[in-house]
Amino acid sequence: MTRPPRWLVFGVGNPSRGDDALGPLFIERLDAWSATAGDLPIALATLTDFQWQIEHALDLIDVDVVVFVDSSVRAEPPFELGPLAAKFDATHSTHTLSPACLLAVAERLGQTIPEAWLLEIPGHAFELGAEPSMDSRRRLDAAFEHLRSCLIAGRVEPRGPTAKAGDAITSAQGQN
Amino acid sequence: MAFDLETAANPQNLRRIAIDPISRVEGHGKITLLLDDDGRVHQARLHIVEFRGFEKFIQGRPYWEAPVMVQRLCGICPVSHQIAAAKALDHVVGATPPPPSAEKMRRLMHYGQILQSHALHFFFLSSPDLLFGFDAEIDRRDIVAVAAQYPEVARQGIALRKWGQEAIRLTSGKRVHGTGAIPGGINKLLSAGERDELRASADQMVAWSKDAVALVKKLAYANRAQFEQFGLFRSSMMSLVRADGALELYDGGLRGRDADGAVMFDHVSDQKYDTLIREEVKSWTYMKFPYFTRLGRDDGWYKVGPLARVQNCDFLSTPLAEAERRAFVDASGGKICHAPLAYHWTRMIEMLHAAELIRDLLDDPDLLVGERVGSGARGHGGVGVIEAPRGTLIHQYEVGDDDLITMCNLIVSTTHNNQAMNEAVRAVARQYIDGQRVTEALLNRFEIVIRAFDPCLSCATHALGKMPLIVELLDAGGAPVDRLVRGA
Repeated sequence: MTRPPRWLVFGVGNPSRGDDALGPLFIERLDAWSATAGDLPIALATLTDFQWQIEHALDLIDVDVVVFVDSSVRAEPPFELGPLAAKFDATHSTHTLSPACLLAVAERLGQTIPEAWLLEIPGHAFELGAEPSMDSRRRLDAAFEHLRSCLIAGRVEPRGPTAKAGDAITSAQGQN
Repeated sequence: MAFDLETAANPQNLRRIAIDPISRVEGHGKITLLLDDDGRVHQARLHIVEFRGFEKFIQGRPYWEAPVMVQRLCGICPVSHQIAAAKALDHVVGATPPPPSAEKMRRLMHYGQILQSHALHFFFLSSPDLLFGFDAEIDRRDIVAVAAQYPEVARQGIALRKWGQEAIRLTSGKRVHGTGAIPGGINKLLSAGERDELRASADQMVAWSKDAVALVKKLAYANRAQFEQFGLFRSSMMSLVRADGALELYDGGLRGRDADGAVMFDHVSDQKYDTLIREEVKSWTYMKFPYFTRLGRDDGWYKVGPLARVQNCDFLSTPLAEAERRAFVDASGGKICHAPLAYHWTRMIEMLHAAELIRDLLDDPDLLVGERVGSGARGHGGVGVIEAPRGTLIHQYEVGDDDLITMCNLIVSTTHNNQAMNEAVRAVARQYIDGQRVTEALLNRFEIVIRAFDPCLSCATHALGKMPLIVELLDAGGAPVDRLVRGA
């Protein structure tokens, strides 16, 4: 009997800084949904933190597919979901790594890096103590509905400008 | 008074070199040097350039907010501030001591903090200095470069930090800025599942910590002359010790030794710390200069942290760490070791000690069941002292009948080490810079010696309203328009 592929959805952000909360809110909603979702074709794990840091490379061990979720000032609405490759970009020497750099650190540590995706939800208001904006919440809804369908299908379907035709990848070797 | 090389007699004609910012330390600081035309050093200073103000703005807040508020001093050692504040405020709610389960949960959190912080500092920040040498290229001075050449060392270091952070998360709810310790006790106990999660890796973490001590020992012996002489200066030292003389991280009496190892004071109650220590301010830095009152400003400065603790105690209470302490003492011929790089060795001994303490504590059923919060006669103030990763941490509060804080005084680990770090900078200036052609590799040595202390500069700049302050208003051409001066 083959085991189901292990997926990790990893959202980051500060819950107290307006739209920066989109990552943690996404995970909160995903946890609530998966608790009653019944059987899925994949084994789902979630994780959330304020920032991606070096030690999170160890959370990618034995993961087949990872979806990083973050708010973004660059992404096109309603959201973008695209493939992600390992890349050193100097953020490893800062307090907050980019997800691409996190993958590169994992690779440098000798780990087999998982198939990786970046789900970016546009945000524009990041004031301390602010609630997420209404338009960002609507984008969060859209992004969540899309990833939920991916989880049910056991296959990531890219969306937005960063997604290229044929980018849907189901093998764990796709991003190495 | 000014120490040798602290203040140049005629600075106006000297060349200034600034190392700004100091890299791979917590917080922001800089080192400045003043040199003459012949390259002779006339002034060398460690400046702390950030400014916080916690002691002032916590006044007027309800006392129960303090453990949560003060941990925002720092993103690396918030647990230390949280626990020190809670310990101080135990005296206000009359829970002295707090219930056994509460104390043990605090200890578990604190040992996790010691372990993760020491792992972060050694593996992430300092190991490149030791593994690749003082002259290594800039792009090799980080954990990723360590991972490239020594992947197993990097993996173990990262895993150790992660395990320590998990101990914090499971005791306080979050890896950073959780809310475990409260006045009088703790707000949660451990579940059996959480205990088992930590326990599953405990033996491995002890083994890897032992490997880390072996690694730093090997690096020390590989270039022993450099290890022993680099940035060398002599000083007194201070730390908490248990009643039987064991190294104590959470609670104990204060012990001070002079530079030759003679005990100057012992088992002084933490509530009476202010009979031992005073603080001096200087105009060129936001960080204060504590000193032992009995020895005065000139001779009373001292050091804290792993190098002080491991030599100030009589023994360590866990077998593997105690064996390593003995090996360290033997390596120094039984004399007090003052070498700044020995901070790394003793830091790894403490990491091993913390791993053993966590492993053993996880067998204690009081972590799972018991009273969480105690109470007693209402007090109006108290002092909480712990040994934070970087050294002795002192919190003091006074609270009014309306439950609002009326006074707060914090003396954090890095502040105790202020003069010691400045002396280390001046020692390096004399050893490597004086009369030499200054290169980046030579300047890197200043960062290496400061890094050995593992300073937390953001923690150490908490005071407001005490430092001398000069505010100058300049016009667009740089000419002075107005000037305000406040003295110490």
